[in-house]
Amino acid sequence: MAASNELRFHEFEEAAELLSATPTATTASTGARQSHTTVDVGPGYEEGEPGEDADSAELLGGQRKPRSFWTFEYYQAFFDVDTYQVLDRIKGSVMPLPGKNFVRHHLRNNPDLYGPFWICATLVFALAISGNLSHLPEKQASPSFHYSPQFHKVTIAATIVYCYAWLVPLALWGYLRWRQGAGARAGAYSFLETVCVYGYSLFAYIPAAVLWLIPAAWLQWLLLAVAALLSASVLALTFWPLVRADGRAAAVALLAAVVSLHTLLAVCCKLYFFQRPPSAGPAPSPLHTTLGTEPHRSRAPQHFSNLSQPASSRQ
Amino acid sequence: MAAAEGSGAGGAAKPLFAGLSDVSISEDIPVEGEITVPVGSRSPDEDYSTLDEPVRDTIMRDLKAVGKKFVHVMYPKKSSALLRDWDLWGPLVLCVSLALMLQGGSADSKDDGGPQFAEVFVIIWFGAVVITLNSKLLGGTISFFQSLCVLGYCVLPLTVAMLVCRLVLLAGSGTVSFVVRLVVVIAMFGWSTLASTAFLADSQPPNRKALVVYPIFLFYFVISWMILTFTPQ
Repeated sequence: MAASNELRFHEFEEAAELLSATPTATTASTGARQSHTTVDVGPGYEEGEPGEDADSAELLGGQRKPRSFWTFEYYQAFFDVDTYQVLDRIKGSVMPLPGKNFVRHHLRNNPDLYGPFWICATLVFALAISGNLSHLPEKQASPSFHYSPQFHKVTIAATIVYCYAWLVPLALWGYLRWRQGAGARAGAYSFLETVCVYGYSLFAYIPAAVLWLIPAAWLQWLLLAVAALLSASVLALTFWPLVRADGRAAAVALLAAVVSLHTLLAVCCKLYFFQRPPSAGPAPSPLHTTLGTEPHRSRAPQHFSNLSQPASSRQ
Repeated sequence: MAAAEGSGAGGAAKPLFAGLSDVSISEDIPVEGEITVPVGSRSPDEDYSTLDEPVRDTIMRDLKAVGKKFVHVMYPKKSSALLRDWDLWGPLVLCVSLALMLQGGSADSKDDGGPQFAEVFVIIWFGAVVITLNSKLLGGTISFFQSLCVLGYCVLPLTVAMLVCRLVLLAGSGTVSFVVRLVVVIAMFGWSTLASTAFLADSQPPNRKALVVYPIFLFYFVISWMILTFTPQ
C-alpha cells in the first residue's frame, strides 16, 4: 500500500512540474501522462499530434525549419554532383558560345558549391605558389637576393579570391532582385546559381596563373587578356537575358561593371603577385610592370629613378 | 514531497514496515525482469580490466597501436585497421613535429618568412577537416574521425621528407642539395597521396572518386610546397 502511495505521489509531482511548464495541459492524470510521454521523447523529434495543442504545434512547426537548415542533408544537396558534371561545367565556363546560357545548359537547376569552393582554393594556391616561383630567376642573378617562401601571400590571395567569389555574386544577386521588384520572374537566378557561375568563371585564371611563370611580359598580358575575355564573356552571356528587359543603358552598364570587375581581379592579382621585388613601389602602372618584367632587365635600383631608361635601351 | 514523506515516515513508520511483510508485492506492483543477481559467475577473462594494470602497459599498448598504424601508412595495403580503431595521437605527433621542423627559417623577418608554427598547424587540421567534410558531403560512407585519422597519419611520409630535407640542408644548400630535396619531396608527396587514396577512395561512389581525390592531392601538394621551400636562417 505504501509503495503504491509513493508511486502515485511521484506521478502527481511530475504532473505538477508539467503543469508549471505547460499551463494549458489538462489536470487529468491521463492527460498528464500523455503530455509526459511527449516531453520525454522531446518536442523536436516528434511531430505534434494534430489537434492536441495548437500553440505547441505552432512552436514545433517553427522549430522544424531551422532544424532542416542545420542538418547535414541540407548541405549535401549542394554537393550533389558527379565527376563528369563538374568537368562539363568547367568546360562550359571557358567556352562562350552564343545562345548557350551557362545556368540553363550546364547547371540545370542543380547548382553545386563543390566547383566554386575548390576552384577558389586551387586559384589561391596557384597564385601564391606561382607568384613566388616567378621571383626565383632572380636568385641565380644576384647573390645578395635571399629566397623566401612568402607564405603570407597565401592569406592575401585567399582573402582576395574568396571575397570576390562571394561578395560580387551577392551584390549582383541583390541588384537583380531589386530591379525585378516583388514580381520576380521565373527566369531569375537564385543566389546559389549566381555564386556557382562566378566560382566556375574563375577557373580560367588557374592555367593563366600557372603560365604567368614564363618570364615574357607580352605573353603574360596576352594570357591575362585571353583568360579574362573567355570567362567574362561567359558571365556576360549568362546574365544578358536577365538584364535585357531592363533598358539598354542599364543593361550595358551592369554588364560592363561585371566584366570590368572580373578583369580588374585578374589585373590586380597579376600586379600584386607577379611583381618584381625591386619595383615594389606603390601601385605601378601596367606599362611600368610590362617593362619591368622583361627578362634580364632592370632589377637595379635605377629602374625606380629612370622610367624611360628601359624603353630607350630597347630601341 | 517532503511534508508527505515526513508524515509517512515519522507518523506511521512502525505500522508501515510491519504491514509491508504481509503485503504480497505481486498483487500491487507488476514485477518484471530478472530478479536474481549473478554472483561471481563470470570468468576472469571476460571482465578483464585495465584499471589495475601498470601505467607502463597502458602507454605501451597505445604506442604500439600508433606504431602499427605508421607501418600501415608506409605499406598501404587494402586493410581496414587504420579505419577501424581510429585515434588522433599519431596525427597530433606528426603535425607538431612537422610544424616544429618547419621553424627556424627566416622567422626574424616577419614580412616574407616561411610558414609559422600556427599556420602549419591550422593548414593541416583545417585542411583535413575540410577534406573530410567534402567527402562526407559528396556521399562518402566513412565516419568523420576515421577520415581525419587517415589524413593525419598519411602526413607521415611528408614528415620523413622534412627530416631528410633538414639533414640535406645541414650538408649544404647548393643545386645538388635542391635536386635531392626535390626528388625526396616529390616521392613522398606521391606516397602520401597514394596511401590516403587507397584508404579513402573505396568509401566513395565510383563516379565521384576523382572529386574526392582532388582535394587530397591539393592538401598534400601544399604541405609538400611548404617543406620544399623551407630554407634555414
